[in-house]
Amino acid sequence: MKVGLFIPCYVNAVYPEVGVATYKLLCSLGIDTDYPLAQTCCGQPMANAGFERDTLSLARHFEALFAQYDYVVAPSASCVAFVKENYPRILKPSAHLCQTSGKIYDICEFLHDIIKVNKLPGKFPHKVSVHNSCHGVRELHLSSASELNIPRFSKLKNLLSLVEGIEVFEPQKVDECCGFGGMFSIEEPAMSVCMGQDKLRNHIATGAEYITGADSSCLMHLQGIVKREKLPIQFIHIVQILSAGL
Amino acid sequence: MSTKHTQAAERFIRNTQQAQWHNETLWMVREKRDRLSQSLPEWEELRELASQIKRHTLSHLDEYLVRFVEQAEANGVVVHWAKDAQEHNEIVHALLTEHKAKKLVKSKSMLTEECHLNAYLIERGIDVVESDLGERILQLKNQLPSHIVLPAIHLKRQEVGKLFEEKLHTEKDNSDPTYLTHAARLHLRNEFLTADAAMTGANFGVAETGDVVVCTNEGNADMGTSFPKLHIVSMGIEKLVPNYQALSVFTRLLARSATGQPSTTYTSHYRTPRKGCEMHIVLVDNGRSTSLGNEEHNQTLKCIRCGACMNTCPVYRRSGGYSYTYFIPGPIGINLGMLRSPGQYFDNVSACSLCYSCNNVCPAKVDLADQIYRWRQQLDALGKADPTKKVMSFGLKFLFARPKLYNMALKFAPIINHLPRFLLYNGLNGWGKGREMPSFAKKSFTQIFLNHDFIKIHGINKIKKS
Repeated sequence: MKVGLFIPCYVNAVYPEVGVATYKLLCSLGIDTDYPLAQTCCGQPMANAGFERDTLSLARHFEALFAQYDYVVAPSASCVAFVKENYPRILKPSAHLCQTSGKIYDICEFLHDIIKVNKLPGKFPHKVSVHNSCHGVRELHLSSASELNIPRFSKLKNLLSLVEGIEVFEPQKVDECCGFGGMFSIEEPAMSVCMGQDKLRNHIATGAEYITGADSSCLMHLQGIVKREKLPIQFIHIVQILSAGL
Repeated sequence: MSTKHTQAAERFIRNTQQAQWHNETLWMVREKRDRLSQSLPEWEELRELASQIKRHTLSHLDEYLVRFVEQAEANGVVVHWAKDAQEHNEIVHALLTEHKAKKLVKSKSMLTEECHLNAYLIERGIDVVESDLGERILQLKNQLPSHIVLPAIHLKRQEVGKLFEEKLHTEKDNSDPTYLTHAARLHLRNEFLTADAAMTGANFGVAETGDVVVCTNEGNADMGTSFPKLHIVSMGIEKLVPNYQALSVFTRLLARSATGQPSTTYTSHYRTPRKGCEMHIVLVDNGRSTSLGNEEHNQTLKCIRCGACMNTCPVYRRSGGYSYTYFIPGPIGINLGMLRSPGQYFDNVSACSLCYSCNNVCPAKVDLADQIYRWRQQLDALGKADPTKKVMSFGLKFLFARPKLYNMALKFAPIINHLPRFLLYNGLNGWGKGREMPSFAKKSFTQIFLNHDFIKIHGINKIKKS
């Protein structure tokens, strides 16, 4: 099994430690992991803003870059969901059958469903509140969406339960949007910040020390509010917890 | 970078208390909906079935319309066809004139809102009385609905108390809900007794039988249609279902989705005119057949107007119905507005964080969020794309299409962390309005990887350059 690691643009620039944690975790599980250097961005920021047409060349590049791998794995549910859901359609005009869509996984999904990890070496003796991101929940099905009448599950909580010493909580309105939404956050800043503040109140009310989740983009937005308002909570990407001790 | 929605939303949340109350009140409705939907093991099957029935009916709409009309006419109902709002209003007015009707009582109908019927009739001397309590409150207040199922949800009972004091002469400072409802009941009772004609909307039309089905919680449709000699039904052509088996799927979904009730208090079936009376159905197109031909967006027509997408929408709950420029707000309103006139209603397309919650609550599985995403793709061609977003998008594309330049940018990005605050946080920076900017890492992941820091620190030798 050969895995191509995709580190989304903003993770690369702002949260390299999330990339490092992902890489270390995959390697520690004995997975042949490669990081193709010519990668950039999946194109979601432009597409969600209404410029999907600007993403065709990126999608083509992405396809070619990861063609040789059995799996593409990335520490960002939203970027993975974008590739998975939209690349087949975006690539249609180039008469190319999209390969990546069927083999791209968020790191949590990959660990849970493909590798079926059942033990992790680390400890994380802290209280964490799980941030169920919209695209993680409603597109990748990392957990059961609160709106649906389906059996309850959470791949994130399953994985976190393998870490020694951790106490896991979830906020009220368990998967309500935090208000990031890509360019929504700057086009509708009042709404975006208000949604973020409400989300933070619910996370903080759990008594957790950390907010954790599979999407650094949501965490980045929430962290911006926490820094501005000096709120008492910290952030950590879930893969950093799962790779604790490595 | 802002739309009319952005600005109106900002104004709405300035009144923090009112905005939070609005948010939480609608969230309670969402929670009631969750409880009810989760009490039916077959809920998701029902949604799928509803979606398929609507798809089927819409793709055979010509046949079902003919069948419906034949049945209705056989039942003694007079059917009229209106190609647009103007024709609809003219038909209704002509019927009222013919019957020398001066007073019309109406039950709730979003279609008549769409056609601006009330204003049209009032200008022509008709006394139009809304009989749904929420609608009546708004009519007395001279406001439009801010929600399609809970039209006066933006008002607190104290405001209603004040309004009734002025208009219905209720006790001063009494805003007890039971007291106010009783006052409204007495007031409306008189209107029902003195009306010359009644109008209802239609939640469903059953093709097999020609029935019109109207769902209310207050029984006001039944009260309204029980006295006058004329009953006019205003009905969109997309309201048809094939038969009673199909209808039963929707009656199970509608109230559970809308208000979290097992069913509406009244589900009234109108088939034939009362003895010595007339019943007319005005079938309205008003752009629906054009929408049907729009492959990317015709799924919107599956909507049964339950309002569940509004109650779950984090943006609607926090910005209120009046922040949208189309008369129907929320996710469904964004889409219906764009179908009506993209050039006129494009401002609402920004009111979505693409959280997809609306898709999941919709009882007819309308892919609301996907459609909003698709409308965004069309804004530029319509000349309505935001210039800043366009430039940003172009810039990003330029950067991301050039891996070398991108890697260079990654290397130098941390410089931005050291820019003076006034350069980073100013009116141009939407992000900085309520948030600190993220800081770029000293070394990007790519740099860490290239520096072989892993080998040095962790002894992992799996690095391969490609």
